[in-house]
Amino acid sequence: MNDFPALTTLGVLPFVGALVVAALPRGRELLAKQITLAVTLVMLALTVAMAFAFEPNAAEPFQFVEKTPWIEQFGISYAVGVDGIALVLIALAVSLAPVVILAGWNDADDNEQHRPQTYFALLLALLGCIVYVFAATDLFLFYVAFEVMLLPVYFLIGMFGRGQRTYAAVKFLLYSLFGGLLLLAALIGLYVISVQELGTGTFDWTLLAGMPIDPDTQKILFAGFFFAFAIKAPMVPLHTWLPDAAASATPATSTLLVGVLDKVATFAMLRLVIPIFPDASEWAAPFVVTLAVISIIYGALVAIGQTDMYRLIAYTSVSHFGFIILGIFAFTEIGGSGSVVYMVAHGLSTAALFIVAGFLVKRRGSSLIPSFGGVQRVAPILAGFFLFGGLASLAMPGMASFVGELTVLIGSYQRWPMAAAIAVIGIVLSSLYVLLMYQRVATGPATENVKGMRDVSPRELVAFAPIIALTIAVGVFPKPVFDVVNPAIERTYSFLHVEPVEPDVPVTDGEGTK
Amino acid sequence: MMPHLVEPFARPSFEYQLLAPMLIVFGGAITGVLVEAFAPRGARRSIQLVLSLLTLVVAFVALLVWTRPDLGQIAASGNVAIDGPAVFFQGTILILSFLGFLLFAERGVDSAGDAFTPSAATIPGSASERELTAAGVSQTEVWPLALFSVGGMMLFVSADDLLSFFVALEVMSLPLYLLVGLARRRRLLSQEAALKYFLLGSFSSAFLIFGSAFLFGYSGSISFAGIYDSLSSGVDLDPLLLVGTGLISIGLFFKVGAVPFHSWVPDVYQGAPTPVTAFMASATKVAAFGAMLRLFYVALGDYDWNWRPMFWVVTIITIVVGSILAITQTDIKRMLAYSSVAQAGFILIGVTAASDSGLSSTMFYLAAYGFATIGAFALVTLVRDGTAEATHLSRWAGVGRRSPVVAGVLALFLLSFAGIPLTSGFIGKFAVFEAAIDGGATPLAIVGAIFSAVAAFFYVRVIVLMYFSDSPEDAPTIAVPSSLTTLSIAVCAAATVALGVFPGPVLDLAEQAASFVR
Repeated sequence: MNDFPALTTLGVLPFVGALVVAALPRGRELLAKQITLAVTLVMLALTVAMAFAFEPNAAEPFQFVEKTPWIEQFGISYAVGVDGIALVLIALAVSLAPVVILAGWNDADDNEQHRPQTYFALLLALLGCIVYVFAATDLFLFYVAFEVMLLPVYFLIGMFGRGQRTYAAVKFLLYSLFGGLLLLAALIGLYVISVQELGTGTFDWTLLAGMPIDPDTQKILFAGFFFAFAIKAPMVPLHTWLPDAAASATPATSTLLVGVLDKVATFAMLRLVIPIFPDASEWAAPFVVTLAVISIIYGALVAIGQTDMYRLIAYTSVSHFGFIILGIFAFTEIGGSGSVVYMVAHGLSTAALFIVAGFLVKRRGSSLIPSFGGVQRVAPILAGFFLFGGLASLAMPGMASFVGELTVLIGSYQRWPMAAAIAVIGIVLSSLYVLLMYQRVATGPATENVKGMRDVSPRELVAFAPIIALTIAVGVFPKPVFDVVNPAIERTYSFLHVEPVEPDVPVTDGEGTK
Repeated sequence: MMPHLVEPFARPSFEYQLLAPMLIVFGGAITGVLVEAFAPRGARRSIQLVLSLLTLVVAFVALLVWTRPDLGQIAASGNVAIDGPAVFFQGTILILSFLGFLLFAERGVDSAGDAFTPSAATIPGSASERELTAAGVSQTEVWPLALFSVGGMMLFVSADDLLSFFVALEVMSLPLYLLVGLARRRRLLSQEAALKYFLLGSFSSAFLIFGSAFLFGYSGSISFAGIYDSLSSGVDLDPLLLVGTGLISIGLFFKVGAVPFHSWVPDVYQGAPTPVTAFMASATKVAAFGAMLRLFYVALGDYDWNWRPMFWVVTIITIVVGSILAITQTDIKRMLAYSSVAQAGFILIGVTAASDSGLSSTMFYLAAYGFATIGAFALVTLVRDGTAEATHLSRWAGVGRRSPVVAGVLALFLLSFAGIPLTSGFIGKFAVFEAAIDGGATPLAIVGAIFSAVAAFFYVRVIVLMYFSDSPEDAPTIAVPSSLTTLSIAVCAAATVALGVFPGPVLDLAEQAASFVR
């Protein structure tokens, strides 16, 4: 599989699928859905094959590398390749895609204005952008995917959302564009520096990482990069677009947006920010860690006060992203690897919550928590799924997020004991918001509102099963993920000058697996 | 390097091959006037259409065949420079004019005929106007007028002394003043726009010629090379030089529509027949920036430490004011007009860089912007309320559902203006920001980046209206244009995508062409 352009196939396939699906005439909605599902399953198969061919301990930073010149005037090439982190995140995206498509099979059917074909074509286009954003090793290609990605999401929210969809779509787009354009300015600044340092300008990561940059310039460029990613992640106080977007989008869009797409930001902090601006990253770390802790606590507190399920899930994500960023800026291998596992775990738990919430909202026609009550009596399996999603979110031992949260806390305690200590409060709060929501929605006697509510259909069962399987698999046996991620994390932190903190506990033994 | 005009009289040299593209355009325009005089009324339109388009094609071929942009030649005794930028801009102007002329010929979208009044001399709403309209008369003078303007633009970007510069400006502008006043619908608005444009335009021309006199007084030469020479030897803070540079700048800032000399732009863009707006907003802007680049890079090239601060200020306020005022607009033509003010600001970022990459990035940006602008205005002509164009933004609600193609292509152009990757506008912005940061004007790039996000708001608002809103009860009709307009829009859309995805060849062309002869 050395000569086979695996990543390009993986990236282009969804776009081809999107064109085919969009071109289908009215009346062929079912075929559109089937093609979409088939495309995502082929992608999944390809990703699995790539995962087996991937060598975690290879010497070169990237594998499945392809590179062709694109815009030579600016030293831009079409360069793709994956390291362990990118592979894991692509795998997450590609695994969630068939799940959300199956779960949201009928989500676009009652839209009077737009065809389901458009909906599924947009989902596929979004998936293609996601693959490219993780696979790009040329910063320009990364930026293009990063920005173009906004359009499918914008249309998915604006065309197929509910409630204040237009407002949410525009708010999402403008926040992201604002960050993106500052990123562009910083990116060009980096390019100009590469002209001075390397003789020829380039956007190639392998040349830019570790390039000597004056510390003061680093700080300015770091600010441009970090601001864009802090909006996307989202960190308090730049997070307000997320609850609006999540409350208005369909569950499938929200899952891809919050579960996968926002990981681009944390991924880029590991891939771009730390290796290219190591000095500035160290300089800014206390500030970033403070913001991360504020996000953890603030997100959790606000989540407790939400009455809309979608908004609640969005705020839990703000809190969880705080953990991920805390782990990244701990600058310890265990913290870094833990944050990648947490990204996967959060993708799965968010998917679980959004999808079950979607099932509930579809049945009830409202996303407000008080409009439910006693679901457990009428639809026990559905309520069970809901509980599972909640437990996955609050990091119950045995679930993937427990592994992530624990390793992040261990890793960050070694460098930022105070921050880690405060972050632990976030865990307590997370139990509170999850269990309160579950209690209000599912326990107690069945209320009038939920009388006659159907339990899960076979389609919903099939869609949800993989999430349960993956969450538990990563929860009890995270070793394969750590094996793939550790070398990449090690390489990332090798650009820093911080003194390594010796892990008190070996990484693969510390998560309650043994 | 070349003779100054103050030297003893020498027989003027006249390099016909280098001047051929301009001569062909002027020849075509004069032939057009003769056609008006001698051809029967019924045959005029088709003759003019074929003649004008053919003129542009032949001129373009002559440009490709006979000019050698890499040599950088001086022609017509030093009045004209045919160098890389001149040929690049002339070619761009010819292509954009061709696309604009295709819109002039459109008769399919307005039930009464093309976009021009049958006779500009009739009183709006009068009986004679109705008679002429009923008779299907059309004002075919628009073709030679537009050709003269194209010729003026081509001379403007290649003029190498202050007098040719001024003459070219007037040849370019005078026909435009007329064309602006010829709209078939909303004639009073059109005539008001023409008068405003004429008065303010004359005013700015006066500033420009006044400034030229000062520069001549300072350097004793009208040629750009002569001014450059005296700058490298003379006193730099001479009041004559300062005042001259300032006054000429006012004239040029007016032509490109930079703040604070932009107040004509919305009125004129709104009042003019939309095909003329498309032509003006694209080709004229290319010409004005081309001339501005030559004056400031060639004649005042060593003086940039003195004019760049002024450009900094104008660039920033142009971007800020253009973007913010565009948000408040409710008419799509006025919104596009303010957007073009903001875009002029982005182009000025490249000019302010005052370097080779500043020049080439500006050239690329102008080409990219020209195509998207023609396409966007062409689409504006298609959405109509009864007879006139439905320009109020609320009338565009729900267009996305009723005509996915019109909305989709307009969205493409708007996204290009907003600078979304994979469109030409993004590469253009990228190139000018790169030039600015490289040239030590990083704050301009940052202001540009921030206000790109502000600008994105009003572009996106149109997309929101088209796709996410319901059509009004009495929804406007969406006309199906003839093949001419369709071709024009298709070329613009293709260029917008091609320059966004594979900008290499054009960037390369601009880079190679980016050296002025002095």
